[in-house]
Amino acid sequence: MGNVAVIGAGMTKFGELWDKGLEDLIAEAGAKAVNDANIDGEDIQAIYGGNMSAGRFIGQEHIGALIADAIGLTPIPSTRVEAACASGGLALREAYLAVKSGTYDVVVAGGVEKMTDVYSEQVTQTLGGAGDQQWEVFNGVTFPSLYAMMARRHMHDYGTTEEQMAAVAVKNHSNGSKNPYAQFPFKVTLEQVMSSSKVAEPLKLLDCSPITDGAAVVILASEKFARKLPQEPIWIIGSAHTTDTLALHDRKSLTSIEATRLAGRQAMKQAGVTPKDIDLAEVHDCFTIAEIMAMEDLGFSKRGEGGKDVESGKFNLNSELSVNTSGGLKSCGHPVGATGIKQAVEVTWQLRGEAGKRQVDDAKVGLTHNVGGSGATAVVHIFSKEVD
Amino acid sequence: MPHRKSLASIWRRIPQRYRGESTMCLNCGRHFFPPRHFCPYCRRKSKIAPYTISGRGKVMSYTVVHVAQEGFERQVPYVIAIVELEEGPKLTAQLCAVEPEDVRIGMPVEMSFRRISEDKDDGIIHYGYKFSPILSPKK
Repeated sequence: MGNVAVIGAGMTKFGELWDKGLEDLIAEAGAKAVNDANIDGEDIQAIYGGNMSAGRFIGQEHIGALIADAIGLTPIPSTRVEAACASGGLALREAYLAVKSGTYDVVVAGGVEKMTDVYSEQVTQTLGGAGDQQWEVFNGVTFPSLYAMMARRHMHDYGTTEEQMAAVAVKNHSNGSKNPYAQFPFKVTLEQVMSSSKVAEPLKLLDCSPITDGAAVVILASEKFARKLPQEPIWIIGSAHTTDTLALHDRKSLTSIEATRLAGRQAMKQAGVTPKDIDLAEVHDCFTIAEIMAMEDLGFSKRGEGGKDVESGKFNLNSELSVNTSGGLKSCGHPVGATGIKQAVEVTWQLRGEAGKRQVDDAKVGLTHNVGGSGATAVVHIFSKEVD
Repeated sequence: MPHRKSLASIWRRIPQRYRGESTMCLNCGRHFFPPRHFCPYCRRKSKIAPYTISGRGKVMSYTVVHVAQEGFERQVPYVIAIVELEEGPKLTAQLCAVEPEDVRIGMPVEMSFRRISEDKDDGIIHYGYKFSPILSPKK
């Protein structure tokens, strides 16, 4: 089977975009990506669109057809992909498989979420649907409370501190301050994070990713098609998707996301790389503790030392490993269905050397990591400038 | 619009939520909560049988919720915990009859029947289980 390339990337600014609806967002990101790819709409053969919950956020279902309509690509097949907050990453995975299988030469992998048309309590309730409605949410669980329980246990078992978690937010806001697409492009201090209001202890407001509107699109192509284009392609050299129990309480561990561990291992094996070979990673920091666990589960930190490592600056821009150069979910924003694709857009720009003030020097290999719910879905991709 | 639950969706979970009725696998001896229709470890060799949970366990982790979902706003701040039952299954529930600052990982707790939430003023009142500390016997 041939190699699969990213030939184009585009995204909207992330934020509270009151003047834009879901169809405006996906059309804007789609047009940017198609222009960036130097192709025509007629070249595109299929669409995979990540979206978590347009039905509850804006009352709109049938998002597959809506995306094809919005970007003017009917009658090609268009499929909505849903895996809660990993919807975007999973759309990328499905698009990758469609090209890898030889079925299509050029496909769109998109993600979009319009979250600010409802009140925040309703957003909280809808995001709670990423957990187990019957056995978690019914009893008063909110989505942050699940990660809060992971954080509490991580603190108990490994001595991780609230300051170490806050260091994740400080780092990601510092990166995001250099990203013109970020929802919150400004720095925050450790004191600001530590003194922000309580959400679910030990998590505070500035430990949490925000409510965001936005869309992102990448165009994937077969090697044969990609080689004909003027621009250098970026290659997907590893792709993995794993699942675990829907409810957090049924998992083997509260301090590790097993789905991430397995997906990371599978993707790295396929790509023939180890954590040391990776120059930058866009990981799923829906809450600060989630980035600390991701560093451990992906093999960038020893078990229990993710907090210490982030505090020491190991994951700062252009240090040992640049993590969440876009600002992550924390500062760039988290339009749930779009996040997994935004991670791919950021890595594509970084590997091309187009990331402006947040450019990672000499970036050759990048990783994206997208999680659904409290860890019931994980999707990991590895991108490279070069391919065998 | 808040999501209102149908009567049937509440009624069909009464055996679990009110009485802790569940299932276990006689082939491997694992206990489940909520009930499973087959054992994910034994699969085809599963021998599923009814069992009622002990209701006694210990706190594996917890959080104090300050920002609640709809239907729980009036309860904040409240404690949510993951409890590991003596016989193995883990579940998530509120802790009650304890101050948030007194909760500890490893604390022994027992299940009790409680009011959980309500669907606005004219909706269904939901009942189920919460956990409270097991007080050490007086010497």
